[in-house]
Amino acid sequence: MTRLISKQGWVLGLLAFLALLFVLTTVIQPDFGISGLDSLSRATLPFAFATAGMAVVVIAGGIDLSVASMMAVAGVSAAVLMDGAGGGGTVLAVVGVLAIGLAMGAINGAAIVYTRVPDIVVTLAMLFVWEGVALLILKAPGGAATPWLRELIVGNVIFPWLPRSFVFLVVCVAVIWIPLSRSRLGLSIYAIGSNELAAYRSGVSVGLTRIAAYAVCGLFAALGGLTLTMSTGIGEPIPGPYLMASVAAVVLGGVVLGGGRGALLGPIIAVFILRLVRMDLTLASVDPNVTTIVEGTIMVVVVMLGGVLAMKGRKT
Amino acid sequence: MTEPTGASPLLDARGVKKHFGAVIALRDASLTLKKGEIVALMGANGAGKSTFVKILTGALRPDGGTIRIRGRETKARTPAEAQRAGLMPVYQEPSLIPDLDVAANLRLCNTPVEPFRHWVDQLGIKGLRLDDMIGQLPLATLRILDLARALAIEPEVLMLDEMTAALPTDLVERVLQVVRAQADAGQSVIYISHRFTEISELCDRATVLRDGATVGDLPIEEGVEERIVELMLGAALGAGRGAGTDVTSVAPEGPPRVKVRNLAAGTKLSDVSLDLHRGEVLGVVALEGQGQDELFEALAGVRRPSSGSIEIDGKAMSFHHPDDAIAAGLTFVPGDRGDALLMQRSVRENIALPLVARIGKWGAIPMKDEARRVTDAIERLQIDTRAQGEVQRLSGGNQQKVTIGRWIATGVETLLLFDPTRGIDVRTKRQIYELVRKLASEGASVLFYTSELGEVPMACDRAVVIFNGRVVDVIEAADADEPTLLRAAYGLSAEEELPA
Repeated sequence: MTRLISKQGWVLGLLAFLALLFVLTTVIQPDFGISGLDSLSRATLPFAFATAGMAVVVIAGGIDLSVASMMAVAGVSAAVLMDGAGGGGTVLAVVGVLAIGLAMGAINGAAIVYTRVPDIVVTLAMLFVWEGVALLILKAPGGAATPWLRELIVGNVIFPWLPRSFVFLVVCVAVIWIPLSRSRLGLSIYAIGSNELAAYRSGVSVGLTRIAAYAVCGLFAALGGLTLTMSTGIGEPIPGPYLMASVAAVVLGGVVLGGGRGALLGPIIAVFILRLVRMDLTLASVDPNVTTIVEGTIMVVVVMLGGVLAMKGRKT
Repeated sequence: MTEPTGASPLLDARGVKKHFGAVIALRDASLTLKKGEIVALMGANGAGKSTFVKILTGALRPDGGTIRIRGRETKARTPAEAQRAGLMPVYQEPSLIPDLDVAANLRLCNTPVEPFRHWVDQLGIKGLRLDDMIGQLPLATLRILDLARALAIEPEVLMLDEMTAALPTDLVERVLQVVRAQADAGQSVIYISHRFTEISELCDRATVLRDGATVGDLPIEEGVEERIVELMLGAALGAGRGAGTDVTSVAPEGPPRVKVRNLAAGTKLSDVSLDLHRGEVLGVVALEGQGQDELFEALAGVRRPSSGSIEIDGKAMSFHHPDDAIAAGLTFVPGDRGDALLMQRSVRENIALPLVARIGKWGAIPMKDEARRVTDAIERLQIDTRAQGEVQRLSGGNQQKVTIGRWIATGVETLLLFDPTRGIDVRTKRQIYELVRKLASEGASVLFYTSELGEVPMACDRAVVIFNGRVVDVIEAADADEPTLLRAAYGLSAEEELPA
């Protein structure tokens, strides 16, 4: 039990913080209820997928600045492919979009591995490349999403307070991450992020593992773009504000920049925290410019407190 | 060289070559290993040992030569392929992943758990849990886990690189026992170590490298240590003592400026005492990883010693930060030039840097005075000024002259030089010795670690020899020829003479 607490301490702390924020929300806004929960969850969905993707590459010791642009490519591809498609066409379109995501991520990874240009430079360049690709596919917001897809992420399921969009998120992340994190590939992703030389000497194929990590990031980005199109019903070629938000959530979620540590649970809780803070501040009618200051402050303070606690824990 | 007779050897590396650009690291390295045999691979610094090890373990590709395991040629291009071919190394630095637990590390390289547990027990590690995080285990335990992991996959050839470094004595004994028992049961081992006692206790043969080539293959027997030292030195032995002694050392007088007593730090530095006087260049001689890094870091205030004392001019010091050491007059010039220079800035600015740092924080920089001192320093350093716009365009040797020469402009009390001549040409080396002597003659005290033993009589007054974290000998420059230094560095007694 104590081991569980010490290993999952960060996640438990984040959960407590999130619970506190929910209490605060009901104080500020007494009529915050089922519909509020639903809209919060749905609005968080693309942020959560961007964060999941970012978390995987950061665990592998990298970073992907092109995540929002890849989401835009996936979003417009979905809108174009689904425009006028029937049931079977929609399924094909979804599969196609996910494949595009994997491919984009793999291209990012391969460019880093084979050119040996630093990841931050390559993915910055790819940020522009994918942005251009998205605009080539769709010059202005348009296309269409199959209506029944939207049903997957609107409303509730089983319990009135359980948003479908949240279940959708949990299922998607679990289906990808749980088998991955238990496979040799998952271990290898942690290994190259933790100590690349030791990983190489342990027989890990460092280059292929890195490409795979970026491909998984691309897959999550594709899911993020897909959900955007699903919820708005059209494709938007201009990337949204997902890059910095995902890096923030990854850091707040206990994934160490530099790699090797953390998982997906923490960052996803963190993404909800950041969205909820923003919502609360909006509800409390705080100046939106102050909102960003508060968000930034929370990040630094929480990460600092975590560092202080970790140091104290080591001394005792 | 002995040719293997009878059955073909298990491992047979022949004529292995490797060059990096114009530098030839290996010319003709060979090694044979029979089943159940333990062979020591030996060589002085720069003999090509680590390159040879990297090639054998698949971390580097050779330019020529063949490596056969059981008569089948292997062309392993990665450590994973070398391991599949049957060669399992245990490296000096643990190759376990710090952020994963023990069980995950075993799964990562398909190590069976039960044999691993067996070897962990055999090697005397108690209370290990499979969910312990690697990053929280002590270094000695990690090295044992690495060995247990290697033993568990039952490789054809086990390669141990400085396996016993950083291990406490009781674990060293356990390791030697287990390795010997395994060899008796048919395990073949390549054993790389600086410790002659372990080699004579454990090994059947020794293969000696010098200048990138295998120069000898000797069975381990009485008195073989001297033969090995002789082979490692080669021609240098014939040079005789005093050949390079340019220094007339003066007996130190007065109280020492720096007095170190029983200093211990990290896992490698266990007990070093030394006195450094005014105007003296004190050499530090040690094989790699004997604690010299920790000694210099402790003196520079980069690392806190775990015990012992440092006194400067009779005053006990405790450094919490490099600033404290600098304030006490200790100036550290690290081995890596990149740590000491502003690469994109000019030679002038780099030389002036400590001068600028010395002036009050908000004061204006007295340009005239600076310019005079810097010009003076550049002249004395004989730096090729064609490339002085950016230090990164200078050659390595000229860069090193800047790192030392800036202290001529500034004035320095105590200079800590860590391997300043690594990888630079002979002429520049000479100039650096002259610089160091010049600084000493102006009253500076210099602690001078060098990985090239031949430099000691040329630059130093005396040399302390560190082996296994302790000072084992103090040698005057006049007696500091290479054989004497090398034997001392290997922890062999100084009294016995080498056979003529």
